[in-house]
Amino acid sequence: MRDTFTRCLQDATRANPDLVLITGDLGFGVLFPFIKEFPDRFINAGISEQAMMSMAAGMALEGKTVVVYSIGNFPTLRCLEQIRNCCAYHEVNVKIVCVGAGFVYGTLGMTHHATEDMSALRLLPGVKVYAPADARETEAVMTCFLNEPGVAYLRIGRGGEPDLSQGLPLANYRTGSAVPRREGTDAYILTAGGILGSALEAAELLGEKGYSVGVASFPTVKPIDETYLAKLCNQVPLLFTLEEHTVLGGFGGAVCEVVCGLPHSRPRVVRLGLQDTYSSLVGNQDYLKKAFGLDGEGVAASAFKALKGEA
Amino acid sequence: MNTEKSVRLAYLIRRHGLDMTNRGGTSHIASIFSMADIVAVLYADIMHHDPQHPRLPDRDRFVLSKGHAGAGVYAALAECGYFPVKDLEKHCQNGSPFSGHVSHKGIPGVEASTGSLGQGMPMAMGMAMAAKLNGQSHRVYCIIGDGECDEGAIWESALIANQYKLDNFIVTIDFNKIQSLTSVEETIALEPLDQKWASFGWHVIRVDGHDHDALHEAYAQAQACLGGGKPVVVIADTVKGKGVSFMENQVLWHYRTARDGEYDAALAELEAQKP
Repeated sequence: MRDTFTRCLQDATRANPDLVLITGDLGFGVLFPFIKEFPDRFINAGISEQAMMSMAAGMALEGKTVVVYSIGNFPTLRCLEQIRNCCAYHEVNVKIVCVGAGFVYGTLGMTHHATEDMSALRLLPGVKVYAPADARETEAVMTCFLNEPGVAYLRIGRGGEPDLSQGLPLANYRTGSAVPRREGTDAYILTAGGILGSALEAAELLGEKGYSVGVASFPTVKPIDETYLAKLCNQVPLLFTLEEHTVLGGFGGAVCEVVCGLPHSRPRVVRLGLQDTYSSLVGNQDYLKKAFGLDGEGVAASAFKALKGEA
Repeated sequence: MNTEKSVRLAYLIRRHGLDMTNRGGTSHIASIFSMADIVAVLYADIMHHDPQHPRLPDRDRFVLSKGHAGAGVYAALAECGYFPVKDLEKHCQNGSPFSGHVSHKGIPGVEASTGSLGQGMPMAMGMAMAAKLNGQSHRVYCIIGDGECDEGAIWESALIANQYKLDNFIVTIDFNKIQSLTSVEETIALEPLDQKWASFGWHVIRVDGHDHDALHEAYAQAQACLGGGKPVVVIADTVKGKGVSFMENQVLWHYRTARDGEYDAALAELEAQKP
C-alpha cells in the first residue's frame, strides 16, 4: 500500500504543479523517489506535527494541494485541533496520510497503534476518510483522495499486504462506494482497511459450517455508502462490522449510525474490533490481530456465536 | 515620518473596540488596546493591500494569531474600507459572522480564522512558505501574544521558519506582560525574549509598541530583511489596556466588559486622545 501511495503521488504531482508534500520527518526510503524527482516540492517540517498541520493549511490557503505524511497517530491525534481549526474549518486542500493503520507497528507498542484515528477524523465536518484494504484499493482511491476539494484522510498499511482485489473493476472508483466481495444470504461482514483478509477467511470458515456470509469492503468510511447499506439491510438479518480499530465511533459506528436511521425493520449489527481498549501486548500485526480475535478464525468464531443466536 | 494616518486609525480601533465589546458584552478589550497601535501602523502605512481587491495576488498577508483580539482587526478592516463601518455593530451579535475570535468566513480582508493559540503563526508561516515556492515577493505579517509563546507550536514554527529562511515572514509579539491569570513573569517567564528568538535564528527588533514613529522604523527595518534569509520578529513592548488608565496593566480587563459608568469613563479618556 505504501509504495503504491508514493507511486500514485508522484503521478499526481507530475500532473498538478500546485501539489506539495510535507513530512513530519518520516518516510525513510519510501519518500526518496518523490524527493529525488521533486526536491522543490518537498518539505520536511521536522518532528513538529502541530506546526506542520497549521502550516499545511496556510499553504493550502494560498492555492497549494498539500499532502501531509506521517505514521501512526502523529498526523491525526497529535494535531487533531489543528486539523479541525486550520484545515477543516478553512475547507482547504490538505490531504493527510497515515501509514501504520491499526496494529501495523504492533511491536513498537501502543503509542504506535493507530486504533482511534478513524473515529477522531470522521467526527470533523467536511473531512473525508479513506481506509483501503490493499494496494489496488489504495490506487483506486488516490485520485479521489488527492483531487476532490477539501480535507481528506488516508489510512494505509506499511506494505506487503495480500492482493485481495485482483480482477475487480476499481479503475473508476468513486468516493463513498462500497466494494462488494462476495454475496451472502445469512449475514454480511463489512470491513474498512486491511482487515478485509480476515473477513474473507471468516466467510470461508462459516461457509464450511453451512452459513452463507457475504463480505464487502468500504474503502471510504466517510462519506459511507448509505445506499449499499440500505440494500443489505433488506437482504440479511445480521451485519458484522470489522475494523482494526476501536469499535467506538469508527467504521462500525458509522455503519450503526446509518442502519439506526433507516425507516424499516433493520438487521442486528455486531461490531468487531477493539472493544474500548488499548493493547499493552507486544506482538506483530498478525499476532495482535489474533490476540484480539480479529484474525479469520477469531472473526469466524465471533460471527458463529451471533449466527447461532448465542451472543 | 508622517504618522497621522496610523495614529488616527489606532484611535478608531480603540474607539470601536470599546463599543464592540460593550455592545456584545464580551471580553479582551485590554488585549485589543495593547495591539491597537501595531495593527494601525501595519494597515495604515506598512502593508501593501487594497480594500477594493481583498484577494489581490501580491497583497501582503496578515494573520492575527492572538485571535481573541479580533475586534481590533475587524475595526481596522472596516475603517480601511473592506466593509461598512456599520457592520461592526454586528460583532458578537446573534446571527452575525463577526465572532469574538477572528473569523474569515464572510468577512473580506480576514485571511484566516484563529482563536486557539499557537495556530495562527504556523498558518501564516505556511502562507510565507507558499509565497517562497511561488516566487512571490509579498510579505506575511502575523501578530502573536506573549502568553501565546507558551504554546509549543510557536517554537516549532520558529524553528521551521528559520530552517526554510522565510525572510518574508514578519512576526510581531504583542508583549504586554500580562496573560490570563497574572503576569507573564509569574506564569511562564519569557525573558530574555530577544535572546530566545535570536538563538532560534530570527532577526530581532525590539520596539515600543505604542510609539508610531518607532513602529514605522521597526517595520521598515523588517521589510529590508527580505533577501537576508532570516525571518523577522518585532518584539513590541506594550501596555495591556493601553489608552484607558483604569484598564492598563490590569488582568481584570482581559475579561471585563466596560458598561455604564466604566464605559462612559473609558469613552471620555479615548475621546480626550482623539487626534
